[in-house]
Amino acid sequence: MSNGRTSNQALPLPAWGVRLESRKIAAETGPINKMPPPGELIVALKQNVGVPAEPIVQPGDRVLKGQPIATAPRWGLGVAVHAPTSGTVTALEERPIPGAGGGTGESVVIEPDSKEERYAGYVAQPNPLGLSPPQIRNDITEAGIVGLGGALFPTATKLNPGSGIQALILNGVECEPYISADNALLIERSDQVLLGAAVMLRALDCDECLVAVKADMAEARAAVQEAIDALGDDRISMVVVPAFYPAGGERQLIELITGKEVQAGGLPWDVGVVCQNVGTVAAVAKFFGAGEPLISRIVTVTGNGVGAPANVEVMIGTPIGDLVEFAGGYTDAAAGLVMGGPMMGFSLPHDQLPVTKATNCILVADQAELDPSVREMPCIRCGECARACPATLMPQQLLALARGPDYAALESQGLQDCIECGCCDYVCPSYIPLTSRFIEAKQGLWENHLVAQRSERALHRYEARGKRLERRERDRSNELQRQVDEIGAAGEIDAEALRQLKQRVKSKKPGDNT
Amino acid sequence: MVAGLLLLALLTGLLGLVLVVSARRIPADAITVVDRLDSVLPHTQCGRCGYSGCRPYAAAIAAGEADINQCPPGGDEVIVALSQLLGRPAKALDESFGLAGPPIVAVVDEDICIGCARCLDACPVDAILGAAKFSHTVIENECTGCELCIPACPVDCITVTENTSQLDARAAH
Amino acid sequence: MKFANNAAPHWRGAESVPVLMRQVLYALVPALIGLVWFFGSGIILNILVAAVVALGCEALVLRIRKRPVGLFISDYSALVTAVLLAMSLPPLTPWWVTATGTVFAIVFAKHLYGGLGHNVFNPAMAGYAVLLVSFPEDMAAWPLPRGVAPDQQALSLLTVLQYWATGAMPIDVSVDAFTAATPLNSVKGQLGMMRTMQEIVGGPLFGNIAGRGWEWINTATALGGGWLLYRRIIRWQIPTAMLIGLLVPALVLYIVDPATHPSPAFHLLSGGTMLGVFFIATDPVSAAASNRGRLIYGLGIGIITYVVRNWGAYPDGIAFAVLLMNLAVPLIDRYTRPRIYGHGT
Repeated sequence: MSNGRTSNQALPLPAWGVRLESRKIAAETGPINKMPPPGELIVALKQNVGVPAEPIVQPGDRVLKGQPIATAPRWGLGVAVHAPTSGTVTALEERPIPGAGGGTGESVVIEPDSKEERYAGYVAQPNPLGLSPPQIRNDITEAGIVGLGGALFPTATKLNPGSGIQALILNGVECEPYISADNALLIERSDQVLLGAAVMLRALDCDECLVAVKADMAEARAAVQEAIDALGDDRISMVVVPAFYPAGGERQLIELITGKEVQAGGLPWDVGVVCQNVGTVAAVAKFFGAGEPLISRIVTVTGNGVGAPANVEVMIGTPIGDLVEFAGGYTDAAAGLVMGGPMMGFSLPHDQLPVTKATNCILVADQAELDPSVREMPCIRCGECARACPATLMPQQLLALARGPDYAALESQGLQDCIECGCCDYVCPSYIPLTSRFIEAKQGLWENHLVAQRSERALHRYEARGKRLERRERDRSNELQRQVDEIGAAGEIDAEALRQLKQRVKSKKPGDNT
Repeated sequence: MVAGLLLLALLTGLLGLVLVVSARRIPADAITVVDRLDSVLPHTQCGRCGYSGCRPYAAAIAAGEADINQCPPGGDEVIVALSQLLGRPAKALDESFGLAGPPIVAVVDEDICIGCARCLDACPVDAILGAAKFSHTVIENECTGCELCIPACPVDCITVTENTSQLDARAAH
Repeated sequence: MKFANNAAPHWRGAESVPVLMRQVLYALVPALIGLVWFFGSGIILNILVAAVVALGCEALVLRIRKRPVGLFISDYSALVTAVLLAMSLPPLTPWWVTATGTVFAIVFAKHLYGGLGHNVFNPAMAGYAVLLVSFPEDMAAWPLPRGVAPDQQALSLLTVLQYWATGAMPIDVSVDAFTAATPLNSVKGQLGMMRTMQEIVGGPLFGNIAGRGWEWINTATALGGGWLLYRRIIRWQIPTAMLIGLLVPALVLYIVDPATHPSPAFHLLSGGTMLGVFFIATDPVSAAASNRGRLIYGLGIGIITYVVRNWGAYPDGIAFAVLLMNLAVPLIDRYTRPRIYGHGT
């Protein structure tokens, strides 16, 4: 790791990945717009990996902006959830929430008033850098902060790696086309990001911070450099990543910058690195600097299906339909609604779903921006997928194995290591939906494991039961034998009783369970 | 001609000797076969195959007494696994032994249960919890859905439902 | 408002099988021009026959196999096979020879193995090998290249057509006057007669480096291959490895005994070297999958080609080398899987 890198020279391109048209049309249209509270906010209680938060409000309660409405359980990677603005809780119920499953989730529904009255429980920290690392982590959990890059991993957990962290990498590499939320954040609020970085460095007890930005983000690069120069903290420097996809994947970014690989099943801190999305870092700064927990985020609303593409700072829980309306509404061309980018984002069936902490982009696509429906052809083994795969898998081989499916071989050839980035699909000249097939196969593999596990446990219990019955039997015959011996030893010869008892012992053969 | 015949006879004899010796010296791994067959069975211990449990069924397959398509809870996966182990063609499940279906679990209706404890003994995996005179309950995660407890219940308070715990586990995953 | 439900990714790249195959066809144009210039228009007849037969067989088999005929016929893969086979054959080939090879390539080598993407052997080379053993005389007789033939006029289009249709020349024309062994064949034959390379290359069939005409045809073929590389339709691994496999043994033996071994340059620009390097060995379906595997695969083809050229019964060995290495592909693939990210170092 080169210390104090300030060069604008991009790192070299790796062998994997694909170059995509960037289409950052939202970024080109101007500053971040702040959206006023909508008519209804649907705040999901599970907005993190791990267990959902536990609600502490009832329908009818009045809540204030930033007030906790659900607290983090003390286990299972929980984080708190807060009211995005002041208003009245109208319901605590299951609501449809965006997620690959398309299911519902328990949500607090709030009807905002227009007062935006602030909760007084959180205040700005005059000296956040004076706090102890455990205190910082506690506050971050309290503030409901999770990875805003889309992973929703509790940030505090990531800041608790123990010792030996050599570098904190701030991920500002939005490698998916269209998405420019982090780009906009860096252009307008780099100083905030750097403040958050300083707090995180304190929590990690680490002396190096690298702000990773993409080579084609000239404005953001200039803004970051300016903020670094203004701060004069020589622990923080900028590193420029070439513009290709998926450079912003956590493991990929770490590989690009440090040359180190995070082992399968391992975590970045195994190689001495912690990686945080710049939006997450800004949220940390907001909490310590302004006493505002994570109640809003920047969302890129873009695509040819929306009137005025823009980056919008929006309250968590805002229905996506309202958000699109704010960004100029649907155009006649609108054909598809995608949460996330065109490579890894998932289709939303309708727009009555709330913005969550994971919503970095709402892509309202026209027909041409969606996957043109083309007929799948057989694989011609051209190998482009293997070249593009950031996990150095051989998708063409996995595809053949998934057809069986041969789960043992799929596992040994790294199905579990697929990051579902979609590069293989993108380059495939036969238009094979490889990623979908792999997701399906992963599901099957997981079910297979489950069945095997259940079977193994059942066997274990069955055998344990056999031993238990055997033991019981032995104890019983021993007891009977003891009684026989006792009677014999007492010398009182009740011949008839002895005969009966002996009969009972005999009839109780081992292995007879009745 | 004669020399050729002699040579061939000698060779055949030698190779035969090698086979005989190796058959004697290397014990036939009958136990391993049963173990391996047993390992792919679902261990529901339901006895639907006509044997008292999975292992006896495995032993019967190894002995050539039972066919490989007699395990309804295992379904096609188990038949395929058995056929691969034995190098025999896979065949469809013999439905006279029962139908394959989604994973199921037993549920005790605690309002009806009289606490007779008979189902406790019927359960092959000790998945029913209870004591005499107290209502019993099934440990859902451990129940294999073998249905052996159903006939044991004198008041018919046990029913089976589809096992959803797998789906939940996936969601948590 | 309802929206389309698509699985990620929602974008696709611009490449497609038909586009790739068409590019391969375009890249063959320089080679075709070279062949026509030096050996006359017979090659065009070959291509026509092969193309018609290939498309007909493809459509028929797809119909029998109940596959979407329109979709697969428009992928150009049958056409590529046909053109590659036709361009490997001598320009004076009776139509039934070409047709037999094409039928074998499409029906047996391609569709009996499962069609596009499933064939174990390179279809064009399988067809070529069948012709080589079935019609050895037709396959060995190449017209004399431009500049060597005594009277270019005599081998008129009409004569060619007649030969193509009947397998015989007009009575007043002798086939032997217009055909000769290829330089590779000639070298092999004359070396067998204890002549030295220096004596052999002095003959009228030989140009500055390799055979007259052949050196230019190979250069033109390489030009098309270079374009495929530039367009990233093929990758460098197989061509490079195959050239190394062919040229390194050639160089070593040339240094040891130049009198009985043609120079590496001769091998480079003789026979089907460039067609094999850029168009045949690089057929992805029947090649190894990983980069490392492709290096081994290419190297194997190069070496076997050299072995056949030098010690085998046939003048050129590309077809056999490719087919043999096709057989080794599953093995190569098994042992050259790249290390997966995050597993070991």
